[in-house]
Amino acid sequence: MVRIASGQGFWGDDLEAPVRQVRGGRIDYLMLDYLAEVTMSIMQKQRSRNPAAGYARDFAPLMERIFAACVERDIKVVTNAGGVNPAECARAVAEAGRRAGAGGRARIGVVVGDDLMDSLDELIASGHALEHMETGDPLATVRDRVRSANVYLGARPIVTALEGGAQVVVTGRSTDTALTYAAMVREFGWRWDAYDLLASGVVAGHINECGAQATGGNCSAEWWAIPELARVGFPIIEASPDGTFVVTKHDDTGGAVTLRTVKEQLLYEMGDPSTYITPDVTADFTTIRLSGSGRDRVRVHGIRGRAPTPFLKVSVAYSAGYKAVGTLVYAWPDAAEKARAAARILRERLDRLGLAFDRILVELVGWDSTHGHLAGDPPPDLPEVQLRVGVRSGDRGAVERFTREIAPLVLTGPPGVTGFAGGRPRVQEIVAYWPALIDRTVVEPRLAVDFVQV
Amino acid sequence: MPRVRLLELAHARSGDKGNTANVGLIPYDEEHYQILLQEVTADRVKKHFRCLVKGPVERFELDNLHALNFLLHEALDGGGTVSLMTDAQGKVFSTALLRMEIEVPEEVAARVRGQGRVPRPEARSDR
Repeated sequence: MVRIASGQGFWGDDLEAPVRQVRGGRIDYLMLDYLAEVTMSIMQKQRSRNPAAGYARDFAPLMERIFAACVERDIKVVTNAGGVNPAECARAVAEAGRRAGAGGRARIGVVVGDDLMDSLDELIASGHALEHMETGDPLATVRDRVRSANVYLGARPIVTALEGGAQVVVTGRSTDTALTYAAMVREFGWRWDAYDLLASGVVAGHINECGAQATGGNCSAEWWAIPELARVGFPIIEASPDGTFVVTKHDDTGGAVTLRTVKEQLLYEMGDPSTYITPDVTADFTTIRLSGSGRDRVRVHGIRGRAPTPFLKVSVAYSAGYKAVGTLVYAWPDAAEKARAAARILRERLDRLGLAFDRILVELVGWDSTHGHLAGDPPPDLPEVQLRVGVRSGDRGAVERFTREIAPLVLTGPPGVTGFAGGRPRVQEIVAYWPALIDRTVVEPRLAVDFVQV
Repeated sequence: MPRVRLLELAHARSGDKGNTANVGLIPYDEEHYQILLQEVTADRVKKHFRCLVKGPVERFELDNLHALNFLLHEALDGGGTVSLMTDAQGKVFSTALLRMEIEVPEEVAARVRGQGRVPRPEARSDR
């Protein structure tokens, strides 16, 4: 049995969680997922300002704290912290390892080849249109604004790195699930056509990839009864060679592992559950069987999978204009009426200035910003409300001017207004996400694993 | 037949894929899955959300988990980094779905009334 622990569900997650996973009991693997669709766009922005940036900066300082323990107890660490710059990330981790006294005692495997940026024109010219998966538009329509293009990779290069003796495997845009099932493939020697086994690994990966979301965090089922979230235990997969596994967490940690917490995570970000597509296998989530197996233990079995598609998914980031969001707070009485009146005045001023926006969104935080019309009409005695106005435009100047039109409302609009001390809103460049598919035979020959000595 | 909120029958989690939000709907009691199957159709969910979901609503059934998955297309103002919405990642569409009311048999209504909310003394005295 192999114990694969989840230590991070996104870049910005609980920094102490991976440390608790290493110190709290036996684990064989620690997987750390740092990437979401928006994260790649953010990292790309950072690399464009600094060629040595573009990866999850939290990862190297974390490794400095746990590197020695991982070497001593032979805990393998698998992460996509590399973002759009895995080589620089690995370099930072090697330095952290040396500072932690692991110099000469470990090597880092770096998965490279997922970056398609330099061959994009060549690919488009040879007939790979990279159509947007939702809209069907060819990438050529935004080609001049593309900032990065990375392929979602499966577990094969991670397994190669582990077989090469890597203590730590750093990847770029690996799928979140691969970070978990690569360990199972490596440990159990599963074949790449053992689709039911690989699908089990994918389900285990889906449970691990969002950290505490599987162990009681963000759980809507009687959340008030979930104990001690302050020291919530992140999930651990106890995997067996036959593909069955148990979801659990370390003893003496908070949170809970129940049928409810696991079901909620299984459905998170789910599309068609019968067709969960990954680079290595298409898993069928309608075949999953769950059963309680003691306190904080859920057994998972029965999973079926089938051959993967001929395509890999590409995550393209492209520049899509500018946006800004401004806020003001209105107090009782008639808080909502005042906020709405202020929004009307603001809109009229923007019109008079002749500014063009692709979108203006007015929300009342404290009333309708999350449930829209389902919230009904605000009561006249609503104690307070935050007016939140967002604008989006291809014209940076228009968005810039918008940011200067919020504060004037304090002296030139409805009364009872405050909450402007944060200064003018910031103009943000929108680096948007363009999901596309590419023939896997184009990408697979490019993939490689480099090794960096600590 | 009496009406109850989905909140009283089920829990839910939502997330995003681009401009699409998904909501997984899970009954507290597996016996109530059949009621959800019958009452919480894609059509009714679309009507419930109205202009909050600009595209179609799709429903997928997970009989194995006694759960439903809904895809709410064009719900996130472009989604991800493009969206101006507070809930750009569709994190709380789950709770918006739980506002929906459905008809259930009297004995089910009596059993589930008050579920889904933090227990309060006054709620107990209602029973």
